[in-house]
Amino acid sequence: MQIAHFTERPVRYLAEEPVLANRAFFGVSNKFFDREKSAHDYNFYLDEACFVEEVGFDGIALNEHHGNPFCSGSVVNIEAAILARITSKAKIIIIGNMLPGVKHPLRTAEELATIDTISRGRLVAGWVRGAGSEQFFNNANPAYNREMFNEAHSFIMDCWTKDGPWRYEGKHFHYRHVNPWVKPYQEMPQQWIPGVLSAETVMWCAEKQYPYLGLGTALGPTCDLWDMYADKSAELGYQAGPENFGYLLPIFCADTDEKAQEIGKGFIFGGGQNAFSRPEHTLPPGYNSKSAIRMLGQQPGGSWLGVSKEKMMASADDSWDASAYDALKAKLIAGYEKVQDDMQIVVGSPETCAQKIKDILSVIRPGVFTCFAVQGNVSDKDRLRSVELLGKEVLPEVRKFADENELFGPFDRTPGSVKLAPGTKRAPVVDRAALAKLNLT
Amino acid sequence: MVTWKEETVNVAGTDLALIRGGTGKPLLVLHDELGYTGWMKWNEALAQDRELIIPLQPGFGKTPRLEWTWRHRDIANVYQNMIREMDLGQIDVLGFSAGGYIAAEMAASNPEQLSSLILVGPMGIKPDEGEIFDMFACTIKTCLRQTVFNKEAKEYSEIYGGDMSAEQFELFEDARAESARLGWEPYMFNPSLPELLRSAKNAKLPTLLIRGSEDAVVPQDCIRKYHDALPQADIITIKGAGHRPEIEDSAEFVAAVKHFLA
Repeated sequence: MQIAHFTERPVRYLAEEPVLANRAFFGVSNKFFDREKSAHDYNFYLDEACFVEEVGFDGIALNEHHGNPFCSGSVVNIEAAILARITSKAKIIIIGNMLPGVKHPLRTAEELATIDTISRGRLVAGWVRGAGSEQFFNNANPAYNREMFNEAHSFIMDCWTKDGPWRYEGKHFHYRHVNPWVKPYQEMPQQWIPGVLSAETVMWCAEKQYPYLGLGTALGPTCDLWDMYADKSAELGYQAGPENFGYLLPIFCADTDEKAQEIGKGFIFGGGQNAFSRPEHTLPPGYNSKSAIRMLGQQPGGSWLGVSKEKMMASADDSWDASAYDALKAKLIAGYEKVQDDMQIVVGSPETCAQKIKDILSVIRPGVFTCFAVQGNVSDKDRLRSVELLGKEVLPEVRKFADENELFGPFDRTPGSVKLAPGTKRAPVVDRAALAKLNLT
Repeated sequence: MVTWKEETVNVAGTDLALIRGGTGKPLLVLHDELGYTGWMKWNEALAQDRELIIPLQPGFGKTPRLEWTWRHRDIANVYQNMIREMDLGQIDVLGFSAGGYIAAEMAASNPEQLSSLILVGPMGIKPDEGEIFDMFACTIKTCLRQTVFNKEAKEYSEIYGGDMSAEQFELFEDARAESARLGWEPYMFNPSLPELLRSAKNAKLPTLLIRGSEDAVVPQDCIRKYHDALPQADIITIKGAGHRPEIEDSAEFVAAVKHFLA
């Protein structure tokens, strides 16, 4: 198993009210940007990543978002390039480069190859379509999102493998002189694809033999999607295994359960993940496939990142009542308990965290496990203590469990390398009996 | 009561769904960026002495999306070939909002094909003052509310009141997706259109520009800029109406159109 640490690099000096008043992180005005405090945070997060490596994590995972204080990382390749130089062992896992938003795959190919070369082959690339809100921020046409994603990905693969100069005239991208001097240090960096339950993305990963990383997705639907991946793999002649799957889970660890519970409330700061963006920014027109939209329309209770047809139909002109803060915060606290019951956030002492992580691993059997650090205004000291406890006390337990249960990571066994003869029944990739034991079916 | 029907014709390289109703000289009607909303009072009134031909824009759910189309200009080309292949002759065109944008592109590329042009709250030209409302950054409901000033208008509640069915939801999302595909960037305008319209100016194409005085989608300056490009155009402002004067004040709207077409 490969175990990574991930943080959104939250803006930690912001009061909660502007986020609640905006009903989302996306779109909170950058008038709240603080130069000095941001300088501290950007430097701290790099130092924290070094500490992550020091305490024994295999990888440092990072991402980017735009136009919001949920994630201060806006240009992920810059941070990854710094880490390439200041760390020495850990994989640098980018989850991921937002291909349709960046709209310049040649530049992306060069940046990533540079990171891989400086780090002497520690890059794990990852590709994302970008959240709905990112399409607005980058003025990326959502109706062409998947087309641009596919074309940019294919072009980057050619940049990394074909000798130049060559000419490219595609649908969305045009380069008449392609000859990037820098190529990846590795023959081909691994590519891990994060997602939040998009069936199209899962199928694409299975076709490419790329590990799919569920981003804190509910365990039941995660099992369904991984079965879908494995069915497709079997069709394509290989047995999917733990090396094809990763999982990212919000985790905060402290010396005691009580302390962890208190500080872990940072996960629901401003409404947490569900308040990333408002419905109208989460599903821009054409961003989702027609079948996904049809599903949304036909299932009134159905939701995608907390978005339902009802929310899409709601009028956004209701005014905000400032006196509602207390009620809203009370609602968030109630939600905090529920997400822990549902195992979508793990908060506790090292013993508590280790047990819950093992329970989750027993169900979805991933080969990559990523600890998503706490959000909200948590101090340097408390964040680092969580990293330390996870690295020194929780990770050894998790590794032992992974070894005993043959949870091979993609660096232990190459994804797609276990061949399956046509017509052969594939082996299970999840354990639904273990899911039932958790009462989470 | 005029009868209307929906039919599919194979023209311009596609199976184009059309609404046809009324008798008389054909009047080509181009619906807006949210799609055809049904046969309303204004359709009925105009269909008394004209045959209304209302193509359902490719990609909006009924007519298949045409992958080769990138811009509203390309949809204009589809309709121009539809006119030729259906032998409709020289034809009057009435376009609403983004449908007006398409109609203006038709007028720009081949004004001789049209006998007159009526643009209602037309998109297509970037205003110097104000902005064309960003319909992609809001929920459908907010978008619909933005389109009308008179939210008590009977036909508005008939179209948009009550719960939305799964089918309507999907049609709206189809329309928004296709409008985004064609008009995301530049946002619902063609920077060249004011100059391209020189051909319609030189051809002295009879033109009517209609806008609701309270239109919150297309600013007044769009009308000014259309008028700069087409100085022969008449301008009608329908007081107390928003972006949907045809349903907010259908009597005034119909009177203006009939007077112009007479």
